[in-house]
Amino acid sequence: MDRLTSSIPALSLPADWPGGFWWHWVVFTTIIFTFVVVMAMAAIYIERRALGRMQSRLGPNRTGPFGVLQPVADAIKVLLKEDIIPTGADKAVHWLAPLVAFIPVLLIFAVVPFGDGAVLADLNIGILYVVAVSAVSTVGIFMAGWSSGNKYSLLGAMRNIAAVVSYEMPLVLAVASVVIVAGSLSLHRIVLAQDFPFILVQPLGFLVFFIAACAEINRSPFDLFEADSELVAGFHTEYSGMKFAMFYLVEYTEAVAVSAIITTIFLGGWRGPFLPGWLWFLAKVVAVFFAMVWVRTTLPRVRIDQLMALAWKFLLPLAVINLLVTAIQVLAWPEALPGIVIIINIAIAAALVPLWSKLFFKPGRGRIEV
Amino acid sequence: MTTRSEVMTLKTEPFAVNFGPVHPSTHGVFRMRAVLDGEVVLDIEPVFGYLHRGVEKLAEERTFTGFIPLTDRLDYISSMSNGLAYVLAAEKLAGIKVPERAEYIRVIMAELQRIANHCIAVGAFLNDCGAFFTPFLYLFREREKIIDLFEMVSGQRLTYNYMRIGGVSQDLPEEFLPALRKFVDQMARFIEEYDFFLKQNEVLLARARGVGILSQETAINCGISGPVLRASGAAWDLRKADPYSIYNRFDFDIPVGATGDSYDRYRVRVEEIRQSLRIIRQAMEQIPGGPVMADVPRPLHPPTGEAYAHIESPKGELGFYLVSDGSIAPYRCHVRPTSLINLTALREMVRGWKVADMIIIFGSIDITMGEVDR
Repeated sequence: MDRLTSSIPALSLPADWPGGFWWHWVVFTTIIFTFVVVMAMAAIYIERRALGRMQSRLGPNRTGPFGVLQPVADAIKVLLKEDIIPTGADKAVHWLAPLVAFIPVLLIFAVVPFGDGAVLADLNIGILYVVAVSAVSTVGIFMAGWSSGNKYSLLGAMRNIAAVVSYEMPLVLAVASVVIVAGSLSLHRIVLAQDFPFILVQPLGFLVFFIAACAEINRSPFDLFEADSELVAGFHTEYSGMKFAMFYLVEYTEAVAVSAIITTIFLGGWRGPFLPGWLWFLAKVVAVFFAMVWVRTTLPRVRIDQLMALAWKFLLPLAVINLLVTAIQVLAWPEALPGIVIIINIAIAAALVPLWSKLFFKPGRGRIEV
Repeated sequence: MTTRSEVMTLKTEPFAVNFGPVHPSTHGVFRMRAVLDGEVVLDIEPVFGYLHRGVEKLAEERTFTGFIPLTDRLDYISSMSNGLAYVLAAEKLAGIKVPERAEYIRVIMAELQRIANHCIAVGAFLNDCGAFFTPFLYLFREREKIIDLFEMVSGQRLTYNYMRIGGVSQDLPEEFLPALRKFVDQMARFIEEYDFFLKQNEVLLARARGVGILSQETAINCGISGPVLRASGAAWDLRKADPYSIYNRFDFDIPVGATGDSYDRYRVRVEEIRQSLRIIRQAMEQIPGGPVMADVPRPLHPPTGEAYAHIESPKGELGFYLVSDGSIAPYRCHVRPTSLINLTALREMVRGWKVADMIIIFGSIDITMGEVDR
């Protein structure tokens, strides 16, 4: 409880805010909830505008100045739409699935430090909590796919489970090497440990984490769970109205959450010169999200077996190597951190990634005789 | 308690999924009834006919000239080529000689149409691969310039109705040739840039190379033509094999693929854009003056008889078979639809591949449902 109240000042609200713990809890939960939803809408807007620019078209520009109100207009539109539950659906599960998918993503933000001390709950197992909670939303997606009674949805849901099971491992290993360097699982401590952003100390870890996180949250080129050109809309084919909007929101909230986590554990979180902490945090989150949008406009989608091959044959070995190298560095030569280790690790990453992709990584042919 | 042997005897079961007729990647209203084992396609059954309009029957109730607008509705992605194939058949039937200038205009239009068609074919193929609209929209931007050129000569942007029996409907406007010259230069630069980004793309290579191989033998046995056949290694192009119009005057190559996979089909199309630009450049230099329309009696009464004319349309061999009984309307009109015949090998190509591959193999054939169903 002390930890919670101690985090208040940085949000520039008085520390002796009247009402005690529960009052604080309500206020900050509301603030974070609002922040997350606004960020998700901003992400939708940024993505659509950036996609438009990169595809030599305009993007939404009619609703409000520069089209900024487009996500709001879309939200109103879906709210007013009819909510259709297919006849063959498992109604209870169908109803519950969007919630099960959405709430865990929201919970991630409880431990994200938005500024110096501006964190709802500075859990001492913060990053572990993030990994655990984010995996729950997969259950929601599988529930959606299963309960719809639609084969496209089922295929999308099966792909999702397969991908998340595979990509969770390199993701956690990449996080583990960060934790070794930082010496703490708390996100706040991890930020404090980054006198140099960990993207420099852990370039390979960053790469693995970024790819694995993109695959887990269904970002292109790994957007196989909804694969619009194959499975129509994947797991949410049978959703309409507000429930569809929930999945849409999940997608972008996840993207913002992953950007926030990457910002926190690799890019130094809210730390940075001159500007206030929250602004640095926001700028970094947008930058990471923009990188995801950029990838989306650039690359075609991979196939399901190639997705698996990438996780098991490429990311996992690299993550293990990175973990070993990091552990040895921290144990054997702690005084070299971070200076010389940065150069060594960047060299390792620069050598290992092309080497591994050329020599050991064969995505396989994919044809099965029938 | 479940024993190990019981687990091992658990059976999986193939299930049927309908892809289409309303589906983002079926390029219209095509339907594939696929039997899947998990992600693997065991078998497919193509279902079509949703867009049947009875075009061949409609021809019997129209004059020879009056049928030209309907040919635009066959392969509506490349209307110019359809019109060309039809008027060639009608001219053969009636024995009409076309003026020089009209021949050149037809060649320019047909080659521009080939570029426009391949822009859509390649763009849609990459879209099927899952590239989120970026390559598609860039190619659409280039196609738009061709559409502008077509609008300049015909006033239309999709169904041009420009070819006439005995020539073309109107002469090129003054500003056309400079605009065409500018476009050809731009397109040549653009296609190099585009190709540079895509031919080495790791994801595209992993997705398309070796996927959906169509052997030359199967392709020939199925009667497949066009880029799909050439990607399988057969250098068969009607512009060279049976030169119609004035194609024997131009110098161009027939690009062929090595393995017949989806990537080769993509490469052949990109290469054909380059070759078409070459032909257009030569045609622009050689184009003579003079009339664009022969002296054709109206209404046209071709003598009793029959004629078949075929062209190398962007998608392959497009033929029109016309029978005349001496009246003003064809007694029988038959279309040899490229898209439909190219589809016949689809089942062979997709069996054993994954769902995602099925979509891109289908996309790499490049069909238009208007032509499949007629």
